[in-house]
Amino acid sequence: MAKLRVLVAKPGLDGHDRGAKVVARALRDAGVEVIYTGLHQTPEQIVEAAIQEDVDAIGLSCLSGAHMTLFKTVMDILKEKGIDDIVVTCGGIIPDEDVTKLKEMGIAAVFGPGTPLQTIVDFHRKIAGK
Amino acid sequence: MPEEGDIKEIAKRKREWEGSTLKRSLDALPERRKAFTTTSSAPIDRLYTPDDTPDFDYFKKLGLPGEYPFTRGVHPTLYRSKLWTMRMFSGFGTAEETNARYKYLLEHGETGLSVAFDFPTLYGYDTDHTMARGEFGKCGVAISSLKDMEILFGGIPLDKISTSMTINGPAPVVWAMYIVAAERQGIPSTKIRGTIQNDILKEYIAQKSYIFPPEPSMRLIVDTFEFGSKEVPLWNTVSISGYHIREAGSTAVQELAFTLADGFEYVRAAKERGLDVDEFAPRLSFFFNAHNDLFEEIAKYRAARRIWARELKETFGAKNPRSWWMRFHTQTAGCALTAQQPENNIVRVAIQAIAAVLGGTQSLHTNSMDEAYAVPSAKAVKIALRTQQIIAHESGVANTIDPLGGSYFVEYLTDRMEEEAYEYFDKIEKLGGVIPALEKGFFQREIARAAYRYQKETDDKERIIVGVNEFVEKKPIKIALIDMDPEGERKHLERLNRLKKERDQKETERSLDRLKKAAEGEENVMPFILDCVRAHATLGETCGVLREVFGEYREPIIY
Repeated sequence: MAKLRVLVAKPGLDGHDRGAKVVARALRDAGVEVIYTGLHQTPEQIVEAAIQEDVDAIGLSCLSGAHMTLFKTVMDILKEKGIDDIVVTCGGIIPDEDVTKLKEMGIAAVFGPGTPLQTIVDFHRKIAGK
Repeated sequence: MPEEGDIKEIAKRKREWEGSTLKRSLDALPERRKAFTTTSSAPIDRLYTPDDTPDFDYFKKLGLPGEYPFTRGVHPTLYRSKLWTMRMFSGFGTAEETNARYKYLLEHGETGLSVAFDFPTLYGYDTDHTMARGEFGKCGVAISSLKDMEILFGGIPLDKISTSMTINGPAPVVWAMYIVAAERQGIPSTKIRGTIQNDILKEYIAQKSYIFPPEPSMRLIVDTFEFGSKEVPLWNTVSISGYHIREAGSTAVQELAFTLADGFEYVRAAKERGLDVDEFAPRLSFFFNAHNDLFEEIAKYRAARRIWARELKETFGAKNPRSWWMRFHTQTAGCALTAQQPENNIVRVAIQAIAAVLGGTQSLHTNSMDEAYAVPSAKAVKIALRTQQIIAHESGVANTIDPLGGSYFVEYLTDRMEEEAYEYFDKIEKLGGVIPALEKGFFQREIARAAYRYQKETDDKERIIVGVNEFVEKKPIKIALIDMDPEGERKHLERLNRLKKERDQKETERSLDRLKKAAEGEENVMPFILDCVRAHATLGETCGVLREVFGEYREPIIY
């Protein structure tokens, strides 16, 4: 089986990259091929990178409160392009009431503050197993 | 402190104690863990005695408050004359909503203002820019024009209150907006007091709200130093910040060392321009984090004051004692707030705030319990402010100066952190200085490593975080979050569009052209930026001109 490829992405202007980097490193240490976009990516750039890099999953991180707009735009673009084989997860400062809405948009998992790294690694191992 | 002979005796008796009294105790009741560490994973011994600081010299190490090396504080009476400024970092939604929040906080006893801007403002974009999507008013207030700035401070007399503004990339522009807003209240720039963060080096290192590359950014900062020392003499033109370095995951020592290294870099840059150190250094201020580990934080502040005083005096040749003063603001650690059982955050914040006060802070922001979710609700922010008032008026910690001075443990820790900071200064020097080091990703790598270790230790329960990895409750969290005006963004954009229609467009364009020429040349840009603001050029337009001239910074990707 080919190595799992994950794009860790920071949409919008939010500069809080501690979580994204910690998750990127944990996935890398677990044997996942990680591509980190760096900061200040537009949703369009993120989808483009996901296609170019042929990833199996995208992990979106936002702590500024703009997640409902930015994550939705990413999901909309994926839908427009007919991409349904990339698993999208997210993390950041996300109130409980938004979690349900994000899942309805098609986001597979929301990793909120306090999530152990192992939970995130295990989730991705499951994708790889499929 | 004891004489040398006594220290030998103490060391000898300690060894005997370890072999007898202590051994018996450990045999019967072992310690809870193999190693005890600080929040920053630094080792802490069981007991500290005078032999841990064998070369302790009271006047060399501590001195008296208000005197070199200022370890005990920069003011001779500290909080007995004037309490620290209670300055709550606030901003959300529209200028109107934030203005109402400021009045609410002042009414409840806040003593200084502190502006939180939203992300578009922090990057010098107006709300109508594509990159601003979804960000309006989320992390702070949106300020796109002078008009917004005037509404923000409407009914607040700017000659009576000091204002701190967390703004970096676009700092000269936002500062100019404040100066002109005051001017239009009839208050000259010589009377306004406050701080702009304006610390670009830590933006590259940690907070990431940079715009331009390092070289033009440093030029802009020195422009503000030069302008401020002449025209806005009561203003702190930079707040050299460790806060964000720590939030990004650094240890306490990294926060201390990287912040001071940034400070030295600004002093060097200003001296290279030919400015007299004693003219600008008294207006340099600092900003530190207060994390959970009480003693580590207190030692950090004390070490910071001592190092700064020594370097300004010895290395940079400052003669005015005011130049040696490290004055600092503190904010409790946002990264220590937990989303789980949010009410527990009230207790964490109280402990962190006590550390800042015991460390001699000049001003303090206390986080609200709900800030792991959003900007605070009115109720949460009031509790946070009340926490400071209780510490000030009920706890007794403000009654005497540096009450932990002379503690064997705190003095040892202060010395150790100072030494470790100097080790970092050497490393940075070897990399060619702060800017080459950050271009090589040195700081970013150090911080990322520490952040990862912190998370691993939490996951492995080597560190316990109440409610997160121990004493966990499964029930869903119910907490009332802030209510913002859902029409805020529309109203803000309407105002922006109206402004663009109603202003003298020719004059606006002329002012922007003149700024462009000044930026391309070597003149101080501040007077030109002020003219742009007076001509109602927006934040995005003014920063746009500077973006054209200076280009934008792209960071190395490191994790």
